[in-house]
Amino acid sequence: MEQLIEIMQNLHPDVDFETYDGLVDDGILDSLDIVTLITDINDAFDVSIPAEEILPENFNSAKALWELIERLDTV
Amino acid sequence: MNFASFEFLCFLCLLTALYYLVPKRAQWVVLLLGSVVFYAFAGVTCCVFLLAVIVVSYLAVAIMGKRQRACAAWLDANKELPKEQRKAYKNKNKKGNLAIVCTGIVILGAALVYAKFVSGYFGFKVDANGLHLGKYALEIMGISYYTFIAIGYMLDVYREKAPVQKNFAKHALFVGFFPQLVMGPISKYSDVGEQYFTPHAFSGKNLYCGAIRIAWGFFKKLVVADAIAPAVGAIVAQQKGGVFFLLLCLFYSVRIYGDFTGGIDIVLGAAEMLGIRLPENFNRPFSSKSTAEYWRRWHITMGAWFTNYIFYPLSVTKSMQKLSKWSRAHLGTAIGKRLPVYITTIVTWLFTGLWHGIAWNFVVWAMLNCLVLLVSQELEPLYAKFRTKFPKLHASAPYQTFMIVRTFCLMALIRVLDCYMNVPLTFQKLFSVFTEFNWGSLFDGGLFTLGVSKTSFAVIGVGILAMWGVSQLGKDRPLREKLWEKPWLGSLAFAVVVFLVLVFGTYGLGYDASAFIYGGTFN
Repeated sequence: MEQLIEIMQNLHPDVDFETYDGLVDDGILDSLDIVTLITDINDAFDVSIPAEEILPENFNSAKALWELIERLDTV
Repeated sequence: MNFASFEFLCFLCLLTALYYLVPKRAQWVVLLLGSVVFYAFAGVTCCVFLLAVIVVSYLAVAIMGKRQRACAAWLDANKELPKEQRKAYKNKNKKGNLAIVCTGIVILGAALVYAKFVSGYFGFKVDANGLHLGKYALEIMGISYYTFIAIGYMLDVYREKAPVQKNFAKHALFVGFFPQLVMGPISKYSDVGEQYFTPHAFSGKNLYCGAIRIAWGFFKKLVVADAIAPAVGAIVAQQKGGVFFLLLCLFYSVRIYGDFTGGIDIVLGAAEMLGIRLPENFNRPFSSKSTAEYWRRWHITMGAWFTNYIFYPLSVTKSMQKLSKWSRAHLGTAIGKRLPVYITTIVTWLFTGLWHGIAWNFVVWAMLNCLVLLVSQELEPLYAKFRTKFPKLHASAPYQTFMIVRTFCLMALIRVLDCYMNVPLTFQKLFSVFTEFNWGSLFDGGLFTLGVSKTSFAVIGVGILAMWGVSQLGKDRPLREKLWEKPWLGSLAFAVVVFLVLVFGTYGLGYDASAFIYGGTFN
């Protein structure tokens, strides 16, 4: 989770990613950020976020994104 | 069978009666048989294409489903194996399914490209004397729509986001449900699939809401769109420039809005009479305050299809991710973040343009839309500053109206490329606005030499106001549902709409309307 927060803060250092839960809904993350995030997350966590998981509910908070990563890592 | 025809209304009435009379478990069979009859009117060649798309998508979905079940069973039986080994097995299975879905897409895509483009050079026709080969461009009704429905379903099954329909006849109904065979909407299995197969009890509300929506669709099509069509045709045919170019932008916007949304009203109304809710394709598009908003409100199911199945998958391909990393490392974060998304956006819009037709005017139309969207996105921080600095001005009615008018004008200008089907000529006429502009040419009788009488212009004007009024009244929930709750008013509204269509509608031979733009010229 810490590594994920670090990746997210590289994009927007001024946002408190530990608590914010409307990143997509409030327009903090746009399509440019999401594609960049996916690239960095795939690299860092050895997962592959597929296109069908690009949903606001998966990117609205660091917690939701972390849950997605964990879900993708389980078989 | 043209939707805006007496023939179609008779067909729909018969089908609806039969649908509610048969035992509920057989209702879907009535829908399937109705769809077969409806499509049979389009001819044998059209039926062959539809059947081919149904068979190919069914096989792809069935094979993937079988492999997914086998994979799940294997994983279930081998829970004790190391995670890496189980992951490798699952990935191998997924790769196999990817090959299957890609094969399906290539076959269906090839059929679509052949029908829409190649057949104009290497086509065929079948008549009483047999098969003839040559430059016989095929006109396959609705192929762009049902092919996209089928491809979307195959991809959803591959992604494990839609259930596998094992029954071939039910699969055929999902792909070939008759109302959506002419101009969409491009539905998803998760939204509509099960609705076709669940029993529907007779509902007066569904019948009324569906019927009045169909009548309203006829109004938009026959009283407004078809009535203004001669003026659009005359300005283009006579190659009128100057102020007439601006008039063309306005008239064509009215025509395409009435034609396409009217057609979709007939489609969704027909489905609603049968108790089936197809996805909405429009949400008051001309009240959009930005281009991005416009594209969320206009041809919604097409936009969603390209976003879900082209934009997102392309964005997360390995090559795009490599490009993202490389460009951020070598070109800086600002450019590096944008490059992959911009490339993906351009490719997605290129596909959108080519879907409308394989011609330069559609490519330029798509690239202009893309350009406006990307520029707007870049300007967003500036807009945000403006909103923060002048919140009262931004929220004021005049400024909100300005944004709506600005978006309408921009979209109307880009849309006019459809009219000339010729890019240099379109730009030549656009520039004539600056060189040949003369208000007087409109009022010295020029306006009434376009094949539309003064009375017709008055009717069209009232029709436009009526369309605006209805859309405003239906902002919170559909007006037809409000009317259903007031039986007297509801009955009166229905009678008035039918009366207006009968009195002011534009009819051709046999009281049938001309074909729909999105069912013929495009797709």
